[in-house]
Amino acid sequence: MNAKQKRVLKRIIIAAVLLAAMWIAEEIITDRIVEFSKGKKYLWLIPYAIPYFVIGYDILKKAGKGIIKGQVFDENFLMAVATVGAMALADFREGVAVMLFYQIGELFQSCAVGKSRKNIAELMDIRPDYANIIIDGKIERVDPDEVEVGTEIIVKPGEKIPIDGIIVEGNSTLNTSALTGESVPRDVCTGENVISGCINMTGTIKVKTTREFGDSTVSQILDLVENSSMKKSKSENFITRFAKYYTPAVCYGALALAIMPPVARIIAGYSPMWGEWVVRALTFLVISCPCALVISIPLSFFGGIGCASSKGILVKGSNYFETLASTGIIVFDKTGTLTKGVFEVTGIYPAKGFNEKELLEYAAYAESNSGHPISISLINAFGGEIDLKRVSDIHEEAGHGVCAMVDGKKVLAGNIRLMLTEGIEVTDEHDEGTVVYVAVDYTYVGCIVISDIVKDNSKAAIGILKKAGVRKTVMLTGDSTRAAEIVAEQIGIDEVKSELLPADKVKEVEALLDSKGDKEKLAFVGDGINDAPVLSRADLGIAMGALGSDAAIEAADMVLMDDDPAKIGLAMKIARGTISIVKQNIVFALLVKFACLVFGALGFANMWIAIFADVGVMVLAVLNATRALRIK
Amino acid sequence: MKKTYNVEVDCANCAAKMEEAVKKTAGVKDATLSFMTLKLKVEFEDGADAEAVMKDAYKNCKKVEDDCEIFL
Repeated sequence: MNAKQKRVLKRIIIAAVLLAAMWIAEEIITDRIVEFSKGKKYLWLIPYAIPYFVIGYDILKKAGKGIIKGQVFDENFLMAVATVGAMALADFREGVAVMLFYQIGELFQSCAVGKSRKNIAELMDIRPDYANIIIDGKIERVDPDEVEVGTEIIVKPGEKIPIDGIIVEGNSTLNTSALTGESVPRDVCTGENVISGCINMTGTIKVKTTREFGDSTVSQILDLVENSSMKKSKSENFITRFAKYYTPAVCYGALALAIMPPVARIIAGYSPMWGEWVVRALTFLVISCPCALVISIPLSFFGGIGCASSKGILVKGSNYFETLASTGIIVFDKTGTLTKGVFEVTGIYPAKGFNEKELLEYAAYAESNSGHPISISLINAFGGEIDLKRVSDIHEEAGHGVCAMVDGKKVLAGNIRLMLTEGIEVTDEHDEGTVVYVAVDYTYVGCIVISDIVKDNSKAAIGILKKAGVRKTVMLTGDSTRAAEIVAEQIGIDEVKSELLPADKVKEVEALLDSKGDKEKLAFVGDGINDAPVLSRADLGIAMGALGSDAAIEAADMVLMDDDPAKIGLAMKIARGTISIVKQNIVFALLVKFACLVFGALGFANMWIAIFADVGVMVLAVLNATRALRIK
Repeated sequence: MKKTYNVEVDCANCAAKMEEAVKKTAGVKDATLSFMTLKLKVEFEDGADAEAVMKDAYKNCKKVEDDCEIFL
């Protein structure tokens, strides 16, 4: 609690004690001295006025100021009129109690909001406070904002990496959980890129910065999360507009309730019963306070966004929660999104008379001099040390492959065109990925298939999305049809479009956008680097692997920090959970309020029920809203 | 031109009123106030003098909600 809240708490306690004391005193005195109390009810105004002013002076002051400035219809006004009215009608206890509970409600609300703010600040506790740089041989702490690109900074164990950069000295293990929600630590060594916001766990590293602090990952993420509550959802806008008309409407309603029935009664020849109708009108005012709605809706969304952030899902605005919750079609990019984007040997097919090991060994040796991703995957698959003395005369045949002497034998490794030009008869053909054919001394030895491998979670991710009610999943890729089909089969995606150019992807997505209804939304998931146009064209753009990629953060509406497609399902769950909490609050608060308003107007609800309808509903709605932070 | 300011305000409804008041200020193209992060983001019209506009906006806010603060 801050100082302001503590002051309010003190006033609440004092006023509550005083109210109780007056209440007891009144009961005792009125019981004992019946004579005394007859006709002198208003004498009690003075003692009850003490707790009333203790608890309500600021509300009265604000209401007064509001009236002077012509801002009549606000909560302070509602409360001031209702309580002053109650006091005037000699309902002293109710008058003080309404003010007291109103303040309790306000205090509770302010504590709940403060707590959520703090929770989210803790979840996003990635802001580095300083950077260590070496000045004249000594390590000094400076503001990360002042560090120029290319400066070498020192990061000790236990410290946060303040700025993106590349390790120039040292090895360590990094905790990336604050950024990705991933709890497995990452090992890094000299020459590797590191991103700001990670916590250095084991060794001291020297990092050469590659960006300024303001452009670093950590600043971008913080900026994104802090701005996310600026893009307001439909429900939030609805409530704001609602409150704008609702409060004046209720005030006029109350006024009408106080005046019209008595006037009607006079005309009809009955006694007007002014007191009764004014009490009803005041009850009506107390019930009508819109706080429960106005606070609980943004609080729910804020909680939901915070909850998602803590799991490595960054959402740029609460409006995207609404889109995500009604997503029916999800379009995926293949490479880097559903697959790892890293090539690996996935099939070894030796020709008759040769074994897998021989085939792989020849291929790896022939390709040993190349830095091409395919060569690297071959060497990795071979696994053993490459003895460079065994290889000589390596020639690269551009667009075909390589030719080299291995152990004195002429080895050809490359695509089918290389085999054809060299006149080698290939006995089997494969097309499920990139194929390297190998021949030794012009004899076909076999072929090796290299392909991009599917992420461990891709299949599960599609399954989760299907269960979550996604009608259709589509995969778009620039890759060959056969390779795309194999991936699609493995993960169980509904539709595949292959051999697409980047511009074709936009067209495909547009066609899908046209084919669906207005209510159903389409999300596109891509790795962000070359998918920017599609990301911005879809109803909801989800970028993968935002770590270090500005384009993704810019173009996407939602960012998955750890590349895990299964997080989309989780994000949908959080979005739907949040929206259902919001709906519960809207429906619950409005139903209770309207029910109480009707009862109040008909004279069935007294001031105590009105207090519940105001403060009780607000407390329940706020408690419900904070659940959004804990969706699992 | 867009600028972000820190604000202090106690209730969500007051925040909404402040947002409305800033939006109506001459020279302001659009404004959003997030009650949860207590940040006010203002988009100014082209050629508007941000400082002068914000002074007016502050006055307008004070008019609708006395108990508020914008840290200019």
